[in-house]
Amino acid sequence: MTLKIPHHDINLEPFMSRPPDFNRKFERIQTERSLKSQVLATIPLTDQEKLFHIRICDRAERENFSFLPGQFVMLELPGCGEVAISISGSSSNRQFLELCIRKVGRVTGMLHRLEAGAFVGIRGPFGTHFPMQEMADANVLLIAGGLGIVPLRSTIYWANEHRRDYKDITILYGARDPSQILFDYQAEEWRRIYGLRMLTIVEHPDENWEGPVGMITDLFENVPIDPDNTFAVVCGPPVMFKFVCSHLSELGLPRQRMFVSLERRMHCGMGKCCRCNVGSTFTCLDGPVFDYWTVMNLKEAI
Amino acid sequence: MLYRTITKNNFRKMVEGLMENNEVIGPKWRDRDKEGNKIYRFLKLNTFDELQMDYTRSYSSPKNFFIPFKEDLATYDLNDADWEQQIEYTVHPRVIIGMRACDINALRKLDEVMVKSVYPNPYYFARRRNTIIIGLDHEPLEDCFCHSMDANVALSGFDLFLTDIGEKYFVAIKSDTGYMMVNRYGGQEVTEEDQTNFKKVKREIESKFKTQVEVHIVPELMDLEFESEVWKKWGDKCLSCGSCAMVCPTCYCYGVEEEVDLTFTKATKRRRLYSCNLLDFAAVAGDHNFRPEPHIRLKYRYYHQFKGFVEAFNQSLCVGCNRCGVACLAGIHPKAVLDDLIRTETQ
Repeated sequence: MTLKIPHHDINLEPFMSRPPDFNRKFERIQTERSLKSQVLATIPLTDQEKLFHIRICDRAERENFSFLPGQFVMLELPGCGEVAISISGSSSNRQFLELCIRKVGRVTGMLHRLEAGAFVGIRGPFGTHFPMQEMADANVLLIAGGLGIVPLRSTIYWANEHRRDYKDITILYGARDPSQILFDYQAEEWRRIYGLRMLTIVEHPDENWEGPVGMITDLFENVPIDPDNTFAVVCGPPVMFKFVCSHLSELGLPRQRMFVSLERRMHCGMGKCCRCNVGSTFTCLDGPVFDYWTVMNLKEAI
Repeated sequence: MLYRTITKNNFRKMVEGLMENNEVIGPKWRDRDKEGNKIYRFLKLNTFDELQMDYTRSYSSPKNFFIPFKEDLATYDLNDADWEQQIEYTVHPRVIIGMRACDINALRKLDEVMVKSVYPNPYYFARRRNTIIIGLDHEPLEDCFCHSMDANVALSGFDLFLTDIGEKYFVAIKSDTGYMMVNRYGGQEVTEEDQTNFKKVKREIESKFKTQVEVHIVPELMDLEFESEVWKKWGDKCLSCGSCAMVCPTCYCYGVEEEVDLTFTKATKRRRLYSCNLLDFAAVAGDHNFRPEPHIRLKYRYYHQFKGFVEAFNQSLCVGCNRCGVACLAGIHPKAVLDDLIRTETQ
């Protein structure tokens, strides 16, 4: 007498035939399916950062892909590795993604050697986003330090596309020296066309620099903040969060109206590998965008 | 739940029947330790006699049949600059016999993360769906603290659960496949005598738990004692070898690596079971490590087990099997660490 246990072949289940939609978090999808994408252009911005224009090859997958400012994708170079990169372009651009990547490790180093035409893989989008709807009818203060301007750039695009939803929008941007300023070619457009106020400060000026010199918090002197009707979005190195956010708290801005974006190394983007663990949660699931109150309650977050 | 009894002879026939067409896994005797105690491990069985129904503890947990040490997530055919990705989820039906209640509860905790949470993991799901689990009651060992962790009784997550009541096994049946198996091999209705014997055995098991840990205030203590010297005391012993996570029935952290084969035509994306105690667990590009010291990493292992998981799923991740304590080369026992934490509070 023998017993043959029936085989459940999950390769036959419906989720296998659909293109993966990472926005449907609770549905069974092919979690490791990378959307094949082509690099359209690589644009050097500084000696360390390059902007990549990346287009998802398959039309259905491309049309399916949508994100909100602040979210990230897992960018894969098959055979080399996968890295989490925040999306830097406009969410209404459904033709290609803009990713600004600093050459800092093994995979990003390889990515910097890619040329237009190369094929990469994209999974995502993952993570939380900036509260674009909640910020409506309020003043918005965008504060970026160094590479922090990269995720904020998609917020800036959004703000322009929904300009009438928001009151005053101010960008404070701090960089180490003038050669490290990203998207300098767009600053004029943001000011004159988008109608945003933008102040840039550098720590170490060169001979041509005419703007303010110092730390990002020095800019606050010139910026009136209405604590009752302002949202702040802060992106930058962790040390900056503490200084900027405690300054804003002193001005009376509630911690739940300050948003920061955290960075960790990720291996999955889906809360499974535990590598981006902060305190009692994961950067990829409850972050990367957290409000400052939550961050204060997470051990080792900043 | 339905209950039946099956004689040990019929159980043998059932296992042999299962072996003919399916992979059957169970505790096997592999070696002896320094004191001469037998070391068991869950492995594929070839004959019924290899199955050790009286085994004490398996050194590593049967979790690895669901989350393997090494697993290919995807393969790639490389062709100049272009590539094609292949993904396979095929798992053939198999049976695991002899899993303890704590190990079954461990799987249920993993289910929370891998199946019920966001982004259900299809690799895990395929294995879970195609595995029949036959659990087995046992008398607690000296150092088991599953009773404190509320993991000493399994109420779901298995197909059959056996309790040895002498000549027969008392069988709790949780799935239709399990019901079919028991009926096919002479399962009998539970008699009054069986029930009395079952109660007696259960009461005996209950009375033999020796190790207790006061866990109910531990989630708060994780925050309150965050800067405690206790972490330094135990963390300085830690060798950062990751053995604890390898043998743990619930640890699921992993790392992903990709490699290209020698012909440059194939690439593999591979996932390896990792440990939060390993040096580079929280290292990021640009030479920064969020957790540079062993005691910080040890603390976060406990933080996830007793705080992070509790916040997310309303239960602790630890099931109290003390495998990590047995495996630890530096003698770090979870009970000792937790007791120390609680004691700093009462002093």
